[in-house]
Amino acid sequence: MRTAIITDIHANREGLEAVLADLAGRGADRIVCLGDIVGYGPDPVWCVETVAALAAQGAVVLKGNHDAAIATPDSGMNVTARRVIDWTRPLLSADHRAFLDGLPMTHREGDLFFVHASANSPADWIYVTDPARAAGSFAVTDARAIFVGHRHVPDLMSRSFDGRIQRQGFAFAQPVPLIRTRRWLAVVGAAGQPRDGVPKAGYAIFDHDRNELSFHRVACNTARTVGKIRALGLPESLAVRLNWGA
Amino acid sequence: MLRPREGLEIDGFTIGPCRHRGGFATIWEATHPDHKGRLAMKVPTILDGFDAPTIVGFEIEQMIVPRLTGPHVPRVVALGDFSSMPYIVTEWIGGGSLLGPFAQAPLPLSDVLEMAARMTEAVVDLHRQHVIHFDLKPANFLRRDSGEYVAIDYGLARHDLLPDLLAEEFTVPLGTFPYMAPEQYLKQRDDLRSDIFALGAMFYELCTGHPPWGEPASLRGVRKRLWRDPVPPRALVPALPEWFQEIVLRCLEVDPQARYQSAGQLLFDLQNPAQVRLTARARRMRADGRLAVFRRWRRMRGVRRLSDPVSVSAQMDQAPVLMVALDLSPEAEALNRHILTTLRRMLAVQPDARVSCVNILRTARIGIDQATDDAGEHLHVMRLVALRDWGAELELDEGRISFSVLESSDPAGAIIAHANRNRVDHILMGARGHSATRRYLGSVSAQVVSEAASSVTVVRLPESALPQEDAAEVAA
Repeated sequence: MRTAIITDIHANREGLEAVLADLAGRGADRIVCLGDIVGYGPDPVWCVETVAALAAQGAVVLKGNHDAAIATPDSGMNVTARRVIDWTRPLLSADHRAFLDGLPMTHREGDLFFVHASANSPADWIYVTDPARAAGSFAVTDARAIFVGHRHVPDLMSRSFDGRIQRQGFAFAQPVPLIRTRRWLAVVGAAGQPRDGVPKAGYAIFDHDRNELSFHRVACNTARTVGKIRALGLPESLAVRLNWGA
Repeated sequence: MLRPREGLEIDGFTIGPCRHRGGFATIWEATHPDHKGRLAMKVPTILDGFDAPTIVGFEIEQMIVPRLTGPHVPRVVALGDFSSMPYIVTEWIGGGSLLGPFAQAPLPLSDVLEMAARMTEAVVDLHRQHVIHFDLKPANFLRRDSGEYVAIDYGLARHDLLPDLLAEEFTVPLGTFPYMAPEQYLKQRDDLRSDIFALGAMFYELCTGHPPWGEPASLRGVRKRLWRDPVPPRALVPALPEWFQEIVLRCLEVDPQARYQSAGQLLFDLQNPAQVRLTARARRMRADGRLAVFRRWRRMRGVRRLSDPVSVSAQMDQAPVLMVALDLSPEAEALNRHILTTLRRMLAVQPDARVSCVNILRTARIGIDQATDDAGEHLHVMRLVALRDWGAELELDEGRISFSVLESSDPAGAIIAHANRNRVDHILMGARGHSATRRYLGSVSAQVVSEAASSVTVVRLPESALPQEDAAEVAA
């Protein structure tokens, strides 16, 4: 079985479309979405409806901080993010809002753990930016592999036999065996707002039988998304950011 | 955690007698009802408490070995983790390691060459699969009954596209002292040319009877190779040919930049001695004097890094062997000029490439061997001269281009065999126009395209440039 892991769609229709097309071509059997379906981007309605349809077909969908902010304004958010959430809220129907509000925070499946930001205090939306910040996640769960998003930068860490946590290099589209002598934490890149310097839509595939994880990056029609952001008068910094992938 | 012993059953495997007890692992015979015959079970010896190098080495093997394929790597059957007993079960390879033959060294040149080529062949295969071994030594080559050598023990290996679990552990130089490359002493873990150094050290040992710097007992002893050159093999065994010394000393260059840039190019030289370009290395009959060594010591003692390699993938792509198969008949003249232009363009983007020019001398399917009679001999030399003449226009220096005339009744078969034997990356050849010969004999290029293991570029003359038989008639 192969699970596609998607996160941080951020109302970017072109990004999500590119990811869904790519994973269909690679043969993923199911999808886990780590949240942040809305925010930043111009197509919240289409994205919520698409993800809800995926959920109806069996996809696991978790709640991200932007999804949570639709129901409960988040004072911790920066001004730009808050502006777009305030713009998004009235566009969503009651059904859309109920869907976002009803999303679970975490998902456990055998020895795998899925969460939007970090396994420790998931509602505090902690960025797992380095091995030290991954320690909390490893401490609170005994899962062998933890999948998170929120950072918009793909990353991989492992916790060795003696408890040391190290960052591990990887190559895109190259399966990394998540060897069972270690525990692993994978930060999946954003489908809708990459911040790793490459303006492409990110996601990951975990192959359960082969026990291998691969990170993917697909080209998407960024120019179109940027055009919509500008046409709708959303903050220009978001348009620039998409173009640069930063 | 379980400890291995004879008779223990684990995950369906029954452990048999212990076959090897090393510093980091024990190797046991094992059987499994689902697998025919003997298997090899390697169990890391984890000392009580924490034992990082052994564990990480074992993890690296777990990560890398299952993804390797082909005759030069052991086929993995099963892996066990720390929950019960860590192990890796592979096929049993019957022929024993190279420790036996190395104990007999110095060996006759023919044996040395055979072993050198087989070891290099295995390393070419590893590098092609993005793996640098970093611990090549006689004990880490096993022989298959079918003749191929299998590289084992990937505890220090590095896969270019996978996480390097050793990167953080790498605080002391890791490797086996007699065969360790200077850059490994400097803790560089990213250069496939380190494996080429180890091969050179083994070739040296095979032909002279001992490793180039003896058997250092400490890291200090390893450091010496940064400035002290080895005694040239021919000073110890004068009967060795110059070209072989050239190959060995080139592998043992301190600066990776001065070594062979790929195992494929090394293999090519081993298999084409006549094409080895001899330099001062070939003629050296004694190690450098004290003054030269002192100067090198002054220069090297502060060095922290040797010249940086490009990535394995880039290295693999950068030093390719291009093979050009030429038809030297007069009708092919225009086509050959076109091939030359195409080759020039390829060399412009691949400046490290090495070119092997080949012409097939067609022999009768049945009949006497033409090479032995005078006329045949003459033809062979003429073809070689013509081939060199064609290649001279490329103005490549001698070490980068070679010329061979192959005799065969089956041109396509000969081209493919030559390409496989020399690990050619890319074949460049022309296709004839719509000639009668092609209709009757079938197209050589079509057969090469469909059967060769490498990429093939078929060069064709544009329609308008084809010689017009009708036009010629009118002119006459």
